[in-house]
Amino acid sequence: MAENKPISVDKTVLELYEKAKKDGVNTVFDRAMDMKPCPIGAEGSCCKNCAMGPCRVPLPKKEGGEQKVGLCGATAATIAARNFIRMIAGGASAHSDHGRGVAETFLLAAKGEIPNYRVRDTQKLYQLAMDMGIEIEGREDKDIAVELGEKALAEFGRQTGHISLLEKAPEKRKDIWKKEGVMPRGVDREIVEIMHRTHMGVDQDYKSLLKQGTRAAIGDGWGGSMLATDLQDILFGVPVPVISEANLGVLKKDEVNIIVHGHEPLLSEMIVLASHDPELLSLAKSKGANGINLSGMCCTANEVLMRHGIPISGNFLQQEFAIVTGAVDAMVVDVQCIMQSLVSVASCYHTKIITTNPKADITGATRIEFHEHDALNSAKKIVRSAIENFKNRKGEVVIPNHKSKMIAGFSHETINYLLGGSFRASYKPLNDNIINGRIRGIAGVVGCNNARTTHDSHHLILIKELIKNDVIVLTTGCSAITAAKEGLLTPEAAYEYAGPGLREVCETVGIPPVLHMGSCVDNSRILMAATAVVKDGGLGNDISDLPAAGAAPEWMSEKAISIGHYFVVSGVYTVFSGSETFPVFGSKDVTKYLFEEMQETYGGMWDFTSDPMEMAKKMIAHIDKKRKALGLDKARERVLFDMEARRELV
Amino acid sequence: MPSLGRRYRAAALSRFTTGEGKELSLLTPLTFHLTSKFGVGIRNTGGKKVSKIIASAGIRGAHKIVERADKKLKESIDKWGPNQDVAFPNSGYYLPIIYGMLGHKVEKLKDMESVISVCKNLLPAPVREKFHLPYLGPALDAGMATFFSEEMLEAIKYIENPNVYVKGEDVTDSNFWLGAADDIIMRKRGVEFVDGTAPGFAAILGAPEDPKIAAKIALELQEKNLYVFMAATTDGRSMPEQLISEGVQVGWGTRLVPFGPESSAAIFAIGFATRAAMSFGGIEPGDYRKILIYNKDRIFAFAITFGYVSDDWYANGLGCVNYGFPIIADTPIPEILPTGICTYEHVVSNIPHESIVSKAIEVRGLKVTVTKVPVPVSYGPAFEGERVRGDDIYLEAGGGRTHAVELVVSSDMNKITDGKIEVVGPDLKDVQPGSRLPLAIFVEVAGRQMQEDFEPILERQIHHLINYAQGIMHIGQRDIAWLRVAKQAVDKGFKLSNIGDILHAKFHQDFGSILDKVQVTIFTEEKKVNEILGKARAIYKKRDDRIAGMTDEDTDPFYSCTLCQSFAPSHVCIVTPERTGLCGAYNWLDCKASNEINPTGPNQPVPKKEVIDARYGQWKGVDEFVSKASRGNVLTADAYSIMRNPMTSCGCFEAISALLPTCNGIMTVDRDTADMTPCGMKFTTLAGTVGGGNVTPGFLGHSKYYITSKKFIAAEGGIKRLVWMPKSLKEEIRDRFSKRASEIGCPDLLDRIADETVAVTEEEVLTYITEKQHPVLTMEPIM
Repeated sequence: MAENKPISVDKTVLELYEKAKKDGVNTVFDRAMDMKPCPIGAEGSCCKNCAMGPCRVPLPKKEGGEQKVGLCGATAATIAARNFIRMIAGGASAHSDHGRGVAETFLLAAKGEIPNYRVRDTQKLYQLAMDMGIEIEGREDKDIAVELGEKALAEFGRQTGHISLLEKAPEKRKDIWKKEGVMPRGVDREIVEIMHRTHMGVDQDYKSLLKQGTRAAIGDGWGGSMLATDLQDILFGVPVPVISEANLGVLKKDEVNIIVHGHEPLLSEMIVLASHDPELLSLAKSKGANGINLSGMCCTANEVLMRHGIPISGNFLQQEFAIVTGAVDAMVVDVQCIMQSLVSVASCYHTKIITTNPKADITGATRIEFHEHDALNSAKKIVRSAIENFKNRKGEVVIPNHKSKMIAGFSHETINYLLGGSFRASYKPLNDNIINGRIRGIAGVVGCNNARTTHDSHHLILIKELIKNDVIVLTTGCSAITAAKEGLLTPEAAYEYAGPGLREVCETVGIPPVLHMGSCVDNSRILMAATAVVKDGGLGNDISDLPAAGAAPEWMSEKAISIGHYFVVSGVYTVFSGSETFPVFGSKDVTKYLFEEMQETYGGMWDFTSDPMEMAKKMIAHIDKKRKALGLDKARERVLFDMEARRELV
Repeated sequence: MPSLGRRYRAAALSRFTTGEGKELSLLTPLTFHLTSKFGVGIRNTGGKKVSKIIASAGIRGAHKIVERADKKLKESIDKWGPNQDVAFPNSGYYLPIIYGMLGHKVEKLKDMESVISVCKNLLPAPVREKFHLPYLGPALDAGMATFFSEEMLEAIKYIENPNVYVKGEDVTDSNFWLGAADDIIMRKRGVEFVDGTAPGFAAILGAPEDPKIAAKIALELQEKNLYVFMAATTDGRSMPEQLISEGVQVGWGTRLVPFGPESSAAIFAIGFATRAAMSFGGIEPGDYRKILIYNKDRIFAFAITFGYVSDDWYANGLGCVNYGFPIIADTPIPEILPTGICTYEHVVSNIPHESIVSKAIEVRGLKVTVTKVPVPVSYGPAFEGERVRGDDIYLEAGGGRTHAVELVVSSDMNKITDGKIEVVGPDLKDVQPGSRLPLAIFVEVAGRQMQEDFEPILERQIHHLINYAQGIMHIGQRDIAWLRVAKQAVDKGFKLSNIGDILHAKFHQDFGSILDKVQVTIFTEEKKVNEILGKARAIYKKRDDRIAGMTDEDTDPFYSCTLCQSFAPSHVCIVTPERTGLCGAYNWLDCKASNEINPTGPNQPVPKKEVIDARYGQWKGVDEFVSKASRGNVLTADAYSIMRNPMTSCGCFEAISALLPTCNGIMTVDRDTADMTPCGMKFTTLAGTVGGGNVTPGFLGHSKYYITSKKFIAAEGGIKRLVWMPKSLKEEIRDRFSKRASEIGCPDLLDRIADETVAVTEEEVLTYITEKQHPVLTMEPIM
């Protein structure tokens, strides 16, 4: 964090930061001030893939100065590309391992081997089964589900052909992928191949390296992530609109506060159940608490919000501050985006940090490993331990009085339903209003928080500017939580922030101008929404034809790079911001390729700016360019039909 | 519930490759609604958030209506028991909205119980004042629940009092509410939607304050050729009552149709539209998305509301929007302008009465070509069915009282003067009200493209062209014409020369490409009329002989007719000299003329090319054409067979033949016969099977004229296969049939054919034909 910038625009963070200082707690913002990012690593110019290095090959300070190469001769381009695709590998593996976990649980549930999980949405079961080429006619649901589970699981280790769900992409997109030879064979294989190719002395052409990155990223977005989303929907239900609240103000002083933090719903779904358990509720009473207050943080929050309306306590950079309130009796974590510092922050208060996932432990945390075979009991054990901890609260409890209402639950299926009801469900009204100009375009605004920039500020400036310009925003992850805290996920926000056209459409459908589509694996929902828009017609034949753009305004994780890349190669112009630089800026060649040349091949490209207003302008300019290409920049005449015109209808 | 397979259902629910929508099953409640458990009432927020007001009110209305239906059903089951039959009169579509949307047949009261459950599942929670959940989709569902519930309520009325509504097309002095249109009306009127004489309908709720305004709006809609379906009252006023008080004829004939006094009667309009999609569009019951899209794209309907819009009305409005029918209100209710479900705006309000019709047409995206004819009365197809009776008659000609004859002949370009209209003999001003005169309408036309073959085609237009004039009634043709002129028309300044004006204007308009000059002479002098009569009869005979002499073998090309593709997109008629179009309205000559008039229109020459199968009537050129014109849906067609690749049917057929397997023959039934037939299906059910552009071996839609053609199912043995037909049809075609029967050496064949007086089941038919030694008994097996 640069000294001259405020740490956050979120009042809860500002208030609790003061308390943390008073309590002698060191937070991510303090560390950001103490430690600058490594300038060479930040630009992707450091190679530490063999013991001859690490080799640093930064851009020459002056134009025309000497460009260093690694000891092995690796150029800055090769090194930047290698580092970049290793980030893709990291991100894709995170999503895909999540997906694999869901697939394993799904298969066990399908077989009836784990009592607390079952197929809940049969319609989506049939649909996904059809997508995966599984016969559904005249078969028991159980048989279909078992075959689907087996087939889904096999997608991860698949070695030949290509991932089945790629078939859902628009035809033109598939043609591009086929032509470029980037259809991923299996989810894991492409990730492993990244690790091989980037090993010392293997693939040493930046375009060739980036192509492998593309394969793995597609395997993430259209493979691992999509399977995770779809299978979770079948197990836990397709999200439908729910009302809830967001920000640390959802914590309750007189109740046992449990925060589920991380990414997967497998455990948190069970904790939701356990938190309603009468026995545990009376235990809580006996310990002097008025109830059990469950809330979520990061994408676990989004998962249980979307399906149960569980409130959200905060996003990534609020995890430490939740503990600083002194009101959190247990923070239950699984995987991804969990700061190791939680344990040291918790040591100043009574909060129990409970690690649960076999893949993720933290030194000094309480460990209650979660097993799906005994899921509800694992969850009850966790909740019980939180209740037991209620009495250990010490010091002052400060819960900031800030929270906002929100409407969430906008799965792709739900949007489709909302736009036409059970009988006329389609994206047609959205397309129509894009064509007639009430809606200028669609933006996907997703991603993390980054302590190198003022917490939440980029998300908010960007989103508000977009909706002011009649661009409807689809959001996920920590970006969605930011929007929720600001009240942007309410229908009322359309009146306060949206341009007149978007406002009118929001009013007609009764939706907020910013639609919460879920967690970061649920970015696959945005891909499906974009595909649905393409297939509904009138806006070109491919995602790259749509007046649409993507953004991660405060990106931080490797997952963001993987997501960004699969959006770009799916045809979306995608802008990043939030970091001080971009991890390929150490190579002009790689930058030029990702930021310019890719557009010719894939129709989408990367971009970066540190200014969120500039980001909005770039996205709107791109949207306008696409509108023009579609001939939507001019007003359309009303077409009146006579009988002859009706006969022309097919 | 819906009998469709899973794959089908999943696909129907989703046009994309992933799971859209929710399964609409009685067993699977919509999860969406179960989650929306927050519910507080909503007040009018005024000005802002307009769609929300509509959604809130509509959802509130839907709750009340569903509750009403639920209660009524419980009472009815208590009273009559669960097995009480329930139906709309003479319809094969059960309760058509429920049947169309859900594929569910309501035949007994107990069948309604599952529909009530569907309605309850569809009903969303009321819309919250603040932080409401999205409501468009849920509101549309509420609209559908409204229609289902109202359809049940209206059906139960028929149990309570079978005569609650007047049956048939006409109002009576004691009751002007007509209720459900039976299938005969639906087909007859539906054809007009198909051929474009009626582009759509206006569903009107309530009535304006001033009856004169009501009459003016009705007239304006009639002049735009639209049907006007009326329901409900405003402050006790009903529009049909206002029209009647203004001396306007209401009923199906004038397209001003009073359905019922409650807003629930709106479902008769929607049911009509739903049936059109199934019968003409060939859409399967239960394929709700296709039925709704069909209506949005092809049935140009809209709703007009007069006065205060209640929650019930809003609920009906939401239902209309599902069908793509926008709402035009005369009061300042909220508007919904963004497009999407309807083609353009969804709700437009505060429209003054002067512009309400033109606004409605614009909002619906409809182009109506209004015929301008220089006569002092209104003019258009909506006035075709109007009657002139009793004291209203000013002048009558023909109809057995006097001679009346019509003749169109082609003339030399130099011999006639275009636009010359002459009345020879007394005109209307010269006679007293209630008079009779002999009449001859003699039309001479000339043009470079004119052919003698086109004369009868032009002549056949006279009937409807004259009938289109308000206050003029015309029946028959040739030398059996019959004309009545109403006093009201004469009051407006109508003269006999106006008949000439009409024919001159319309012939130029509709046939401008074949003729350049039209001269009309109207004779009302006995001597002159008789002169024309003699001349006409000689010409009629010559014409009849000529078309009768044409054969399929000698003629090339045939002609196509794809007029009905506006409604049945895969249907292709192949019209040959010996096989008229199945509607009976187009013979080969008509199609030829139509092609000359409009070379790119729906009638195209179809070169026969080589004969593939002479017995079955299969030609290479025909197959190629059918395949292309049906967009690959139909690859081959046999012109002379009912069993092998019979031609598709749109829905306009005058008659349907169906196989009776145990009799080794076929039956045929015409559209005017409403009773059960030996194949176990009424005409209307048969029509549902045959129509919609499908190939259905064993069934064939055809014209009545075709029955007496040499080529009538020639592949299977022709009329010798006929074992049953309604008595009235027998009488209608007796002369031609007997002639044809004699040709095949079986002059008394018609009497060996069973009819409803002797047989109503297939068994009884078999008994009858066995007794009568019907030739079919010795024919080779048909199957």
